[in-house]
Amino acid sequence: MRVVRLSSEIDFDGWRRAARDLRAEGVSPETVIWTVERDLFEAAPIEKPAPAARAFTVPPAFVELARSVVLHRSSERLSLLYRLLWRLEREPRLIDNPADPDVAKARDMAKAVGRAIHKMHAFVRFRLVETDPETYAAWFEPAHRVTEAAAPFFARRFTNMTWTILTPDACVAWDGASLKVSDGADPAEAPSEDAQEELWRTYYASIFNPARLNERMMRQEMPKRYWRNLPEARLIPQLIETAQERAAAMVAASPSPAPDRVLKAALRQARDGSYNGDVPTSLDEVAAAVQVCRRCDLWRDATQGVAGEGAAHAPLMFVGEQPGDQEDLAGRPFVGPAGQVFNQALEEAGVPRDRTFITNAVKHFKHEPRGKRRIHKTPDRGEVQACRWWLDAERRLVRPRVIVALGATAAHAVMGKATPIAANRGRPLQLPDQGQAVVTYHPSFLLRLPDADARERARAEFVEDLRLAGELARLID
Amino acid sequence: MAVLDIRRKLAILADAAKYDASCASSGGEKRDSVGGKGVGSTEGMGICHAYAPDGRCISLLKILLTNFCIYDCAYCINRVSSNTLRARFSVKEVVDLTLNFYKRNYIEGLFLSSGVIRNGDYTMEEMVRIAKSLRLEHDFRGYIHLKLIPEASPELAAEAGLYADRVSINIELPRDDSLKSLAPEKDVGDIKRAMGRMRLAIDERAEPARKAARKTFARSQSTQLIVGADAAKDGDILARSASLYGAYRLSRVYYSAFSPIPDASHRLPSARPPLLREHRLYQADWLMRFYGFAQPEIIGEGEDLDLSVDPKTAWALRHRDRFPVDINLADRETLLRVPGLGAKAVDRILLARRQARLTIDDLRRVGAVVKRARAFVVAEGWTPGMATDGEHLKARLVEPAQLSLF
Repeated sequence: MRVVRLSSEIDFDGWRRAARDLRAEGVSPETVIWTVERDLFEAAPIEKPAPAARAFTVPPAFVELARSVVLHRSSERLSLLYRLLWRLEREPRLIDNPADPDVAKARDMAKAVGRAIHKMHAFVRFRLVETDPETYAAWFEPAHRVTEAAAPFFARRFTNMTWTILTPDACVAWDGASLKVSDGADPAEAPSEDAQEELWRTYYASIFNPARLNERMMRQEMPKRYWRNLPEARLIPQLIETAQERAAAMVAASPSPAPDRVLKAALRQARDGSYNGDVPTSLDEVAAAVQVCRRCDLWRDATQGVAGEGAAHAPLMFVGEQPGDQEDLAGRPFVGPAGQVFNQALEEAGVPRDRTFITNAVKHFKHEPRGKRRIHKTPDRGEVQACRWWLDAERRLVRPRVIVALGATAAHAVMGKATPIAANRGRPLQLPDQGQAVVTYHPSFLLRLPDADARERARAEFVEDLRLAGELARLID
Repeated sequence: MAVLDIRRKLAILADAAKYDASCASSGGEKRDSVGGKGVGSTEGMGICHAYAPDGRCISLLKILLTNFCIYDCAYCINRVSSNTLRARFSVKEVVDLTLNFYKRNYIEGLFLSSGVIRNGDYTMEEMVRIAKSLRLEHDFRGYIHLKLIPEASPELAAEAGLYADRVSINIELPRDDSLKSLAPEKDVGDIKRAMGRMRLAIDERAEPARKAARKTFARSQSTQLIVGADAAKDGDILARSASLYGAYRLSRVYYSAFSPIPDASHRLPSARPPLLREHRLYQADWLMRFYGFAQPEIIGEGEDLDLSVDPKTAWALRHRDRFPVDINLADRETLLRVPGLGAKAVDRILLARRQARLTIDDLRRVGAVVKRARAFVVAEGWTPGMATDGEHLKARLVEPAQLSLF
């Protein structure tokens, strides 16, 4: 039997040195006893293992795991760790096997230590000791020996306060510049109250909803072992005891009539409808009315209706398909990626955007949610038909000389019948109301073309079509 | 009117805030008070500083600025027609309370909401003043969550984003028609437009090109849906969530079982909150966000979830032809759809099986719920035989203990 004595319960470096030497020497785990030196005066001389025969390496994940496991209060932790180290020689990938019983046990211990650190961060309650400089102290009993490991968190959070945390294992103190660790203390050394605790208890009692009583869940997350150092915990028995009764009273209570004064005020506050359903007589009215449009179901999943915008009596009107993700959020047409392609082409064609009017055949964004994205869906004929009411209103109000339909959906809406782009682009088409139309690609079609040559060709045609429209509208000489 | 002391105000305004389910302090940017003048840090992971006897986490000081309100939303204790006690905090009172609680390590920060007084802009301005004072005058670096007033101007919402880690707007009612009847002054369009603007603002600030120059800005937004106050089915609720996640990149949709409130409106059911239903909705929400399920696979619109088993088990029972799954061979996506296997357990299975063929006992050690998984998996030395097709399989998977969670 080999006895190894460490200098403290959490002496990781001591364990590491000894374990390294023992494994090098070939001392099997069953023959090692790990103890901690509590009293230096009665200590037997530490057995020095023979100097290391050869160095060896272990996966960093093991060292990390061991650092945590050492903080566990279990008396088996040191021998478990040495057993793992021993087995690593034969099974170098052992640590990557979460199903191995030793690995699983060590992982569970590390998890318990992690949880103890987390709970210490959560449940330490400082009490004011002095106001100038602001000084606080707390008494805490951690589930494992995690005081030193938990302390840096408090230093980062309360850097500009002076504080001490006392525990039975160790005390840590922060003076605004550095952390000092000293021996464990006694609860009597900590302050016994703080004036804010009454307010905190008031908050704790008020935020609790008696109709949702779930004691099991509370105990699972805030185990009883922590209660004696939590100022709010003394309320728990009474809150639980009266919960059923309070909840029953809430269910039973019949509503009392609202005061008259209040009802009248509420009526006054109620909104008047922004749109009466008549034919809109201004573009502003179109923009407001589109928001309450229920002509089809697309409004349901959209953020808002996106009406057209631009010069009130523009000679040139562009009609796209429908708002996309960005347009739906911003409430303006052609501001997303397709809008950028469009703007650039417009500039190349020499058409001033500010003298045109830009809108869509369908005013709400049709899409399908897929995780954190919305996938564009082409509006169907019924939706385009339902939305023509708005497009026609815009056409009537703006009275453009020329309308450019961008893409097949817009071409259908503008021309009133299916009008294939490839066969009809590049030349003026006559509209029944004296105006002219040009059909061309939708800018997002250009974005989707995979072949670079085809994309360049289509883009050139697109710019050409815009230039033609600009000339027809007499915006370009 | 009698002057209320701070304790009475806190009691009233915390009580009024407790119907909001969210208390999360996660997802903030990593920062601490080193080099500053004040206190505070956020390290990504939220901390629950206490748990109320309802089992809910207390992480933030969750209060209303005031519970006076000009609106008359039927489900809300603070509606104008309710005979509840009213109170209002001053800006300084909220700032002091937050700092005093924070320095004693009671909380992670502040979650401030409010009834609407005078108008949306006035209310939002007061709330922004509190956040601004905490951040600028006191160099407070803890967590701040501000509730946005949908009718407030976009400029005020953007200013709120400058000081808050998270902002939220509650949609509350899953169906637009019920929003109209139960919250007559709220306009779903206002809410959606405000969320849309906020997403654009958050996206813009998060762009790598702008990161260097950016001031800190809210990282996320969330919302809450009340369950059981209107006729919406679970399928409708999940469809609404799916649409919200997609449109506004919400970090969370909270589901809050409608809780009877003192002095309830007669337009609402007066019953115990449907907590189990709320629990099943959260499970289904998780399946959508982390397990690759689409809403229609879980439940169709107009349908309710099966309360007796979790939604993944319910899905597996409807698709028995896809089981049993061999845990030693199946890919990640397939494993994620096996009842009893969580995302963590699946990752561990993928690691462990590189070294050895896994048995049912191994499954237990990697953290799976074997009782639920066993009928759906093949492992070394284990086949479920006819169990997967068994007529009574569902009966064996129903947990009576779960049902007592009322």
